Amino acid sequence: MISPIGWIIIWIGIGFDILGAIGLVRFPDVYNRLQASTKCVTLGTFGIMVGIFLLKGFSPMGIKALICGAFLLLTSPVAAHALMKGSLHFGTKMWKGTVMDKYGEDKLNGKQIEKGDK
Amino acid sequence: MSIMIVILGIGGFLCLLRIYQGPSISDRAVGVDIMGILFVGITALSAVFYDLSFLMDLSITLTLFSFIGTLALAKYLQKRSLDD
Repeated sequence: MISPIGWIIIWIGIGFDILGAIGLVRFPDVYNRLQASTKCVTLGTFGIMVGIFLLKGFSPMGIKALICGAFLLLTSPVAAHALMKGSLHFGTKMWKGTVMDKYGEDKLNGKQIEKGDK
Repeated sequence: MSIMIVILGIGGFLCLLRIYQGPSISDRAVGVDIMGILFVGITALSAVFYDLSFLMDLSITLTLFSFIGTLALAKYLQKRSLDD
C-alpha cells in the first residue's frame, strides 16, 4: 500500500533535481545559482532518500537511506553557506541587476561583520 | 527505473557544462558541489535497482566526502589556510 507513495516521492525528488540543475545553468549570477541549486539537495536528493525509506521500510537499506538523508540535511546547507561566504570574500561580482547588497554596505562603512578576518 | 538514472545523468551533464564555462572559480565550486549531490542520488537509486545494500553505504560516504570537499573549496576561496 505504501509503495506507490514511495515511488511518487522519488519522482518528485528527481523533478527537483533536474530543475536545480537547469537553474544552475540558466541563472545569471553565482549567488542566484547557489540559491537555485540548494533546492536540488534539500528537496531532491532528500526526497529520494525518504522515498527509498518508504519503499524498503525498516530493512537495512531503509535505515541507511534515513541516515544518509539526515547527513544530507545536516551537511549540505552548511556547505552552501560556507561557499556563499567564501564567494563574498573572494570578491565575485554580483549581477548588474542586483538591487541590494547589505554586506558590501557594511564593509564599506567600516563595520566589519566578521571579526577574525585575516 | 533506468529512466530515473538517465534523468539524473542529464542533470550531472548540465553541472559539467557549468564547470566548463563558469566565469569565476565560485561557479565551478558550486557545480562540483551539486554534481556530488546528484551522484549521491544516482548511487541510492541504483542500490534500489540492483537490490544491493552496500551501495547505500557508498552513498553515505559520498555525502560526507562531498561536504568535506566543499568546505575545503570554501576555505580556498576565503584565502585562508586549511588548518585555520
